[in-house]
Amino acid sequence: MNPVVSLLLQRVGIGVLLILAISALLFIGVELLPGDFARNFLGQSATPEAVANIRKDLGLDQPVITRYFDWLGGVVTGDFGESWANRSSVNDQLFKRLSNTLFLAVVAAIFAVPISVGLGMVAVFFRNKLPDQMINIVSLAAISMPEFFIGYLFIFFFALLLGIGDGPPIIPSDPVWSFQNIQLIALPAATLVVVVLAHMMRMTRAAILNIMDSAYVETAELKGVKMMTIIRKHAAPNAIAPIINVVAINLAYLVVGVVVVEVIFAYPGMGQYFVDAVTVRDMPVVQACGVVFAAVYIILNMLADIGAILANPRLMHPK
Amino acid sequence: MSRELKDLSLKVVEGGLSRRDFMGRAAALGVAAPLASQLLSGTAMANPQRGGHFIIGNQGGSSTDSLDPAAWASQVPLNFGRNWGETLVYTDPNDGSAQPLLAESWEASSDAKTWSFKIRKGVTFHNGKEMTIDDVVASLKRHSDESSESGALGIMKTVGSNFRADGDNLLVELDAGNADLPFLLSDYHLVIQPNGGVDEPGAGIGTGPYKIEVNEPGVRHVATRIDGHWNDGNVGWYDSVEVLVINDTTARVAALTSGKCHVINRVDPKTVDLLKRAPNLSINNISGRGHYVFISHIDTAPFDNNDLRLALKYAVNREELVDKILRGYGSVGNDFPINGAYALFPEEIPQREFDLDKAAFHYKESGHDGSPIVLRTSNAAFGGAEDAAVLFQQTCNTAGIPLQVKREPQDGYWSNVWNVQPFSVSYWGGRPTQDQMYSVAYYSSADWNDTRWKVPAFDKMLLEARAELDLTRRKEIYTDMGLMLRDEGGLILPMFNDFIDASVNKVQGQLTDPAGGMSNGFIGLRTWFA
Repeated sequence: MNPVVSLLLQRVGIGVLLILAISALLFIGVELLPGDFARNFLGQSATPEAVANIRKDLGLDQPVITRYFDWLGGVVTGDFGESWANRSSVNDQLFKRLSNTLFLAVVAAIFAVPISVGLGMVAVFFRNKLPDQMINIVSLAAISMPEFFIGYLFIFFFALLLGIGDGPPIIPSDPVWSFQNIQLIALPAATLVVVVLAHMMRMTRAAILNIMDSAYVETAELKGVKMMTIIRKHAAPNAIAPIINVVAINLAYLVVGVVVVEVIFAYPGMGQYFVDAVTVRDMPVVQACGVVFAAVYIILNMLADIGAILANPRLMHPK
Repeated sequence: MSRELKDLSLKVVEGGLSRRDFMGRAAALGVAAPLASQLLSGTAMANPQRGGHFIIGNQGGSSTDSLDPAAWASQVPLNFGRNWGETLVYTDPNDGSAQPLLAESWEASSDAKTWSFKIRKGVTFHNGKEMTIDDVVASLKRHSDESSESGALGIMKTVGSNFRADGDNLLVELDAGNADLPFLLSDYHLVIQPNGGVDEPGAGIGTGPYKIEVNEPGVRHVATRIDGHWNDGNVGWYDSVEVLVINDTTARVAALTSGKCHVINRVDPKTVDLLKRAPNLSINNISGRGHYVFISHIDTAPFDNNDLRLALKYAVNREELVDKILRGYGSVGNDFPINGAYALFPEEIPQREFDLDKAAFHYKESGHDGSPIVLRTSNAAFGGAEDAAVLFQQTCNTAGIPLQVKREPQDGYWSNVWNVQPFSVSYWGGRPTQDQMYSVAYYSSADWNDTRWKVPAFDKMLLEARAELDLTRRKEIYTDMGLMLRDEGGLILPMFNDFIDASVNKVQGQLTDPAGGMSNGFIGLRTWFA
């Protein structure tokens, strides 16, 4: 069999096992949280009778193992069940929210990845000169500011003072993937770009610099090849594996880590959905979100691994 | 009234003249200021306009929200629910009295044990079905019988589930007299649904002036006006009402100032003075019945000692808390859970003052061993609860009381700390009547007796007052009860908070209600665009 195909199959198999393990861990984790669903859901207005009635109604008096396998049985057939809290189908809400989140993440990534990789290359070109230092200072400053602060700054300047961007609440209209919605999400997407930019930029810079010190780059330099050409043709292709890895981690962050940005822009994404569900221990929703998040991480990491292998002939033909 | 003045007041309502200019012109015409002001609000109230899409930016919504009234526990479902669902009774925003809604009228037997409610005829649900007495009975039973999962179960305990149809009337038979029954039926959970919502609790079918168009829990809810609503001409002026869920306070203010919504709730007292400066916005605050409290379990050492409780009560600097935590948007409390927003408020009970000498004296009298007294706090109880606890700690320590503050996680605060730990910070939303407030939290067998106040003499007075139809006598009993709780209870009540909403100026009508923020949730019904 083609080594790439067998590698792919192997990775997918491991991924599925990982997701299963994560779902079991999540189940146990939520089970261990103090306070149960009925009590948290009713909040301050819980009476012992109402709590007991809800528990019975949802089958919470069943043992944990039974409930886990009941749930797993549903998921295998593609049904995440219904929310305990509002008794509506998890699938409907989940895919709508996931679509919103992916839309925001993809728009942010389309800007963030080329900008950060490009800036990283520019920084190497002007290594230790003014442009390099400027890029470093600005990106470090951006990464040092918490994202909610950046979000508030953007809302204040662009939505309130200048009136050129949409402030909260930002609710994409159907269909989600449209040009009109790209305009709508400009500010949250820009916030995310600022947040992930520095990390990717600095990793690109470090990876390329590492290669710039190697003998073949020195040879190229001695041959009289132009600096930018060396970076583009010799250094960057060899630095691609670590860059792909850091890009994958940041893309995963754009999907699963954006809850703060969602809250301050009142954007109906997955993070918000997940947090709402955890607050009241709405197990079917927590599980569904957890599985989706895990899948996003695993898939992106798998793609990064495969990309790194394809970019490296030595890994393509292992002895 | 002079014609000129009337034209002027209309101009103000339309936005062509500022309020200040109007008062000046009125004075020039020889009209006294109070009269002019009254005239102005009269004009605004008298000229409701139809139309428009009204957008509410609300804190207190989550993707777990349901349309089932039994499950409502936060602002957004309540606020949206008022638009599409109706209860039998509502409370008047001005005098707090019980007013007929889906019930047309009611009468009680002389011992207040048997009640008969005349149910309104010709009311239709949004599914086209006509509302019958059976729907009413089934709705009330669903919230009160033994298999109920309703948040109203706590208050329905004093009522029981003895609801019957008597021809077209609703007959309620109580085990003990209760003069406040109509108030209890105004609870926001008790929305009348087709067949009581037994078949489909979350269907969102009601009798309100708006019917549900969009329901995206945790994001937004939209309802549009129906034609020929039974109460048309009194409520429901907008073409449609939208509730947006914006839980972040800063985001909510940004949404209002950037024109993405017309009204928001829960403005942070810390920023309200800045918001006030915006010329096109109004701050709508009203003193409510909600109160911020420190609660101690009087059956647990060291709080079982009344001298220690008194020491703690004297050591609270109430004025400072109102100033610093509420920024003045509130009033001081007097260690019993009733204030002037309630009917029959016992105003002759003297206000407890901040007195560190008395606090030190009572602390010494209590013979406490000086080990740390731990107060558990979290901002889940109310915004600023952690700061309030620290301020309390400082004054306590000055008086020599070894109070210690322990921060608890917000998540799960109501199930793990409140009503579990012996000394914690809490919040009470208040109830429509004194009887209800005392019944839910200060009756021996109450589920939410969070100070463990189990005093037979107090229970007796509560039951006596409940069945008492003579208001003078009733007020006397409430005075005794308030005094008793103030001097012996485990409740330390430093302050009552205001509800602070903000709206754009073109929203006119009844914007406030002491029973709750957002005009007790009725803001989409009671206001219009000028």
